[in-house]
Amino acid sequence: MKLKMKSLLAVMLVGVAGAAFADINVGVVVSATGPAASLGIPEKNTFALMPTSIGGEKINYIILDDETNPTTAVKNTRKHLTENKVDVIVGSSITPNSLAMVDVVAEAETPMIAMAASAAIVDPVDAKRKWVFKTPQNDVQMSTAIIEHMTTAGIKSVAFIGFADAYGEGWYREFSKIAEARKLQIVANERYNRADTSVTGQVLKIIAAKPDAVLVAGAGTPAALPQKTLKEKGYKGAYYQTHGVANKDFLRVCGKDCEGTLLPAGPVLVAAQLPADNPIKKVASDYVAKYEAAHGKGNASTFGAHAWDAGILLQNAIPVALKKAKPGSKEFRVALRDALEGLKNVTVSHGIVNMSPTDHLGFDQRARVMVRVENGDWKLLK
Amino acid sequence: MDLQIALLLGQDGIVNGAIYALLALALVLVFAVTRVIFIPQGEFVAYGALTLASFQAGHAPGTLWLLLALGVAVTLIDAPASLRLGKGRLARLLGWQIVYPFVIAALVLGAEPKDWPMLLQVALALAIVVPLGPQLYRLAYQPIAEASVLVLLIVSVAVHLALVGLGLLFFGAEGSRTPAFSDASIDIGGLTITGQSLWVVGASAVLIVALYFFFERSLYGKALRATAVNRAGARLMGISTTLAGKLTFLLAATIGALSGILIAPITTVYYDTGFLIGLKGFVGAIVGGLASYPVAAAGAVLVGLLESFSSFWASAFKEVIVFTLIIPVLVWRSLTTHHVEEDE
Repeated sequence: MKLKMKSLLAVMLVGVAGAAFADINVGVVVSATGPAASLGIPEKNTFALMPTSIGGEKINYIILDDETNPTTAVKNTRKHLTENKVDVIVGSSITPNSLAMVDVVAEAETPMIAMAASAAIVDPVDAKRKWVFKTPQNDVQMSTAIIEHMTTAGIKSVAFIGFADAYGEGWYREFSKIAEARKLQIVANERYNRADTSVTGQVLKIIAAKPDAVLVAGAGTPAALPQKTLKEKGYKGAYYQTHGVANKDFLRVCGKDCEGTLLPAGPVLVAAQLPADNPIKKVASDYVAKYEAAHGKGNASTFGAHAWDAGILLQNAIPVALKKAKPGSKEFRVALRDALEGLKNVTVSHGIVNMSPTDHLGFDQRARVMVRVENGDWKLLK
Repeated sequence: MDLQIALLLGQDGIVNGAIYALLALALVLVFAVTRVIFIPQGEFVAYGALTLASFQAGHAPGTLWLLLALGVAVTLIDAPASLRLGKGRLARLLGWQIVYPFVIAALVLGAEPKDWPMLLQVALALAIVVPLGPQLYRLAYQPIAEASVLVLLIVSVAVHLALVGLGLLFFGAEGSRTPAFSDASIDIGGLTITGQSLWVVGASAVLIVALYFFFERSLYGKALRATAVNRAGARLMGISTTLAGKLTFLLAATIGALSGILIAPITTVYYDTGFLIGLKGFVGAIVGGLASYPVAAAGAVLVGLLESFSSFWASAFKEVIVFTLIIPVLVWRSLTTHHVEEDE
């Protein structure tokens, strides 16, 4: 895997060396191996589908794998900045890595577009985060969607079980804050590890607390284990998951135990079911079609779409920046940053982006939908 | 916490503990015979489970290509030596390292293992994963069999990283489950015991008894024990340490792959699940001082129970609690046993 990445890199570097200096170099950092590989691999695949020229300039995507390790992410970012002379950094797949990269890009005064969820990456926009943008929805937007759905459904008490890492902790923080404001009682707060083989202890405790609903805050297939165990032990309440599970593999592993599960997600997950007048539908369907043509039907995921959205932002910002400066210069990087910050009404596969000097995400509530698992597939809730 | 919850947790702990016990036994066995701390033990768990899952999903598992590749590599290395030793030796080498993998490959690609009965699928998965053990021994450990424990450990780490990387390449980042061996469940006083958990505990018990008889009654088993007690002495008695090494790795791979196949219906198995399971088996093995089989097995069951109960009381600190167990055990062991310098 690593060897493959290296040889890929070598080929790309040869390409870079041979090309004129006016080429635009995009330094990509993804977690293509390690625990976040299920996010990093579709992201990596997505870059191969992106246009090879923007505004008449050739674009080189130089992809490095950070092994889901913040230290490697920083090392790769430095390598991009010093050796590959990139004009913009895209990455990384998860929050800890992206946060670690913020200092590096700010120091080098190079714009960066993160593909990780936490609001802390771009908020508040200060002297360092001035250089940082991101494409995935904030956890808080997703938490609000879940809590709104819960309160309308008349749910009074909820149990939380999440990953024992930044993902689970971040979700609990956001979720508990909003839940308190909305008078939703959290009766159990449990943690488990991605690689755990059993969650019986946690599940028994949850069942003993008798909640109306359970929220599982996990990503990918590991989020299926608590739900399967809850079903097995006879829990009858409502099940909520987070957008971290929005891929086909989760449905495959969870099978019929996940029928009726509710989750918030980016609209790209149910692109085909969106109403025809929704502008997101065209962009999202376009991505899904492109990805599935290359990697097989049903394999497009919302994670790859975050990378695609970063590409769309660049396609809109680079032509603006090119009017001000030549790629490869400090002036171009500043112009690109300004152009990214000035993006208005850009439709991406996850929503509609309106950037501002105080908001480097730019999403509104159009960037999330509630989805139910029905007959082993995602069903958009009206 | 009432009695029923305690019983449920106990049951869960014993089922997990049974798997850890098997892995602890394999680790003790490999260490005793070859002085290798076999970190890749866990990878066989993942390979076994995911190979079976690949059959059921209708794919040819990546482990098949690994088997073919390692077979060719072993043949290239061993061919000159076995040519000198005679035609029979060469035929055996080619038979096991070339013909066997290709027959298995033809079987997987030609027949449709997807529609086979479960038992045949399990047998085929084992037929692919188990030979990887001796092949790994031949390629990674045999050339440095006389090296220090530290060097062997470093090689183990390298083999582990290589196998995890290959696992990601073969099976992808997402996990898989397999259907249960039996959907039966027994109700005893409000406590439901699933058929699968009986399978796990039963199969572990049978394997442990089988290992006991193997070591006590069979010639090969006794040869392994002799090698474990004294390598040089065993060699003087005409026991091939190379054969002992390969046999040990064969057993370790069998135990690992079987464990994986047993737990695949209970939990989702990922390409890197094995490491953590193996590590918990290792904690059990440490309790037994990497020498005693019964204490290692008991230690592993203790790890399972501790894990289950701590996940109820303090789920966020479960791993911390389980791995902290190793500290008092090490203190206790270093106080009660006197240290013997390794002879090098």
